[in-house]
Amino acid sequence: MSGALARLGRWVDDRFPLSKLWNEHAAQYYAPKNFNFWYYFGSLALFVLMIQLISGIWLTMSYKPDAGLAFGSLEGIMRDVEWGWLIRYLHSTGASAFFIVVYLHMFRAFLYGSYKKPRELLWIIGMLIYFVLMAEAFFGYLLPWGQMSYWGAQVITSLFGAIPVIGEDLALWIRGDYVVSDVTLNRFYSYHVIAVPLVLIGLVVAHIMALHEVGSNNPDGIEIKYHKDPQGRPLDGIPFHPYYTVKDVVGMVVFLIPFALVVFFAPELGGWFLEHNNFEPANPIKTPEHIAPLWYLTPYYAILRAIPDKLLGVLAMGVSIFIFFLVPWLDRSPVKSIRYRGPLYRTALAIFAISFVALGYLGTQSPTEILTWLARIFSISYFAFFFLMPFYTRWDKDKPVPERVTSK
Amino acid sequence: MAGVPVDHEEHEVDGKRRRFLTAAATVVGGTGAAMAAVPFVMALQPSERARAEGGPIEVEIDQIEPGQMIRAMWQGKPAWVVRRTPEMLKALEGHDEELRDPDSTEPNQPPYATNRYRSIKPEYLILIGICTHLGCSPLYMPKGQSGEMGAGWQGGFFCPCHGSRFDLAGRVVKGVPAPSNLVVPRHRYLSEGRVLVGSDEADAGEADVGAGA
Repeated sequence: MSGALARLGRWVDDRFPLSKLWNEHAAQYYAPKNFNFWYYFGSLALFVLMIQLISGIWLTMSYKPDAGLAFGSLEGIMRDVEWGWLIRYLHSTGASAFFIVVYLHMFRAFLYGSYKKPRELLWIIGMLIYFVLMAEAFFGYLLPWGQMSYWGAQVITSLFGAIPVIGEDLALWIRGDYVVSDVTLNRFYSYHVIAVPLVLIGLVVAHIMALHEVGSNNPDGIEIKYHKDPQGRPLDGIPFHPYYTVKDVVGMVVFLIPFALVVFFAPELGGWFLEHNNFEPANPIKTPEHIAPLWYLTPYYAILRAIPDKLLGVLAMGVSIFIFFLVPWLDRSPVKSIRYRGPLYRTALAIFAISFVALGYLGTQSPTEILTWLARIFSISYFAFFFLMPFYTRWDKDKPVPERVTSK
Repeated sequence: MAGVPVDHEEHEVDGKRRRFLTAAATVVGGTGAAMAAVPFVMALQPSERARAEGGPIEVEIDQIEPGQMIRAMWQGKPAWVVRRTPEMLKALEGHDEELRDPDSTEPNQPPYATNRYRSIKPEYLILIGICTHLGCSPLYMPKGQSGEMGAGWQGGFFCPCHGSRFDLAGRVVKGVPAPSNLVVPRHRYLSEGRVLVGSDEADAGEADVGAGA
């Protein structure tokens, strides 16, 4: 029996690099042995992507991309389709979970300098994934055709109208109509279910290829490939399979606990995962009293609102996202990991994390005068983290970095 | 050619020629690809149907109470008609320094509405109910029933999305995100109580056909 299987394996290997791929990316891919909690989120992101793809495919089977039918078809999924409610809540909770996981994954990179040489391109591909993911979430959010879907799309497409000269025509071209309409719904459906996911999957493959080319960083921020045994295997590395595949499965199980709790007991999560206004059908005549995007986009939304000028506001928002791409070159520290960085970077990162969360909260609130001023202050500290990075990372009092990884 | 031996080693590669052919093929192929992209880009423009549905609409205005606002729909956008009281018209004076464009110098209204009231008849204000900031529809906030707007509020419009404020002529207040006054659409009166939104004297005649449909 095993002889027949081995022969089949050889037959395939002569025609397709199956064992080669498996060894390169799992059985003989050596990852540092000192990974910690923060290293769960990469594999979790892949896991959530799978949840989204599968639940999404099933949702398209019952959803109708038509301004007259969309809202009702969603109610049909909730009430009439067998288990439809579960599939829909998996997808809506999965969207928020995706961003939670990705934000923690990105924060890990800031903790351990995972964007620094030689991983600049890995970081850039990752940022492209993040950017495409925001687009995917935005297109998908129009599909329920509720009040928030409608007015959120109206606001975001109008952002392009701020571009001088071509702006208004560009916004018209994106919507395909004078306002968000059935035409817009149809094309956003097309982007959401096919165009953007294709790009996303391609980028994820590129991200993993780039990672396996340069090797994983680790909490000590030192390269394990400088110390190898006579066979050329890193002394501080362990094969990804079985060591980390098993670890990541544990991560998935733990992740599924809060995920399932939300799906089954609080799918709206008090308006944070599904906004209350979105249970009202889209009405192009009346903007809801209070409108905000879902939580994962609100930090940028708060920056947009903080600036009392249309073009400058849109510009600041664009820069606040784009600036992430430049981080590998803004950081001038010779040290990667926060374990060996000085007080300046630690303080800066803490202020940045607070600013990002605070802006995220402010973006969900009505714009009163006090809150707008708070948003301005946090916008300044947000940008200061990036713009002052070349200075404080150079002046910082870094500690000596060990030769070999430590295990804590 | 059968029987003629071909010796690959003998031929020297003409690098210059090869580069020229590569560049020429890239340019021609690239141009072709760009041309082939045109239909795909243009397919995203508003369709003939969307354009046709953007025609003018007729609004009955004689039933509006003084101080009241009604909403109609034109090109999928809210079109507002506010019947302003004499007090409301009076409140348009005396706060020019708080406004970004008090004299409506920017072309956000047709020439015949380029006046203090931004309308043909001072009593009736006709506006596109879309904030010039990011396309939300502002709320009508008359004086008195809008405590949260502050004591000095003389009535006007407030955008809940990003906090932009406009007075009762749709003129934008300074220090808010909206860059310009609310848009006054082209319009003309068909009679005392009926107004046509989306068309004016300039194209009277042809645009009237099907206006009531």
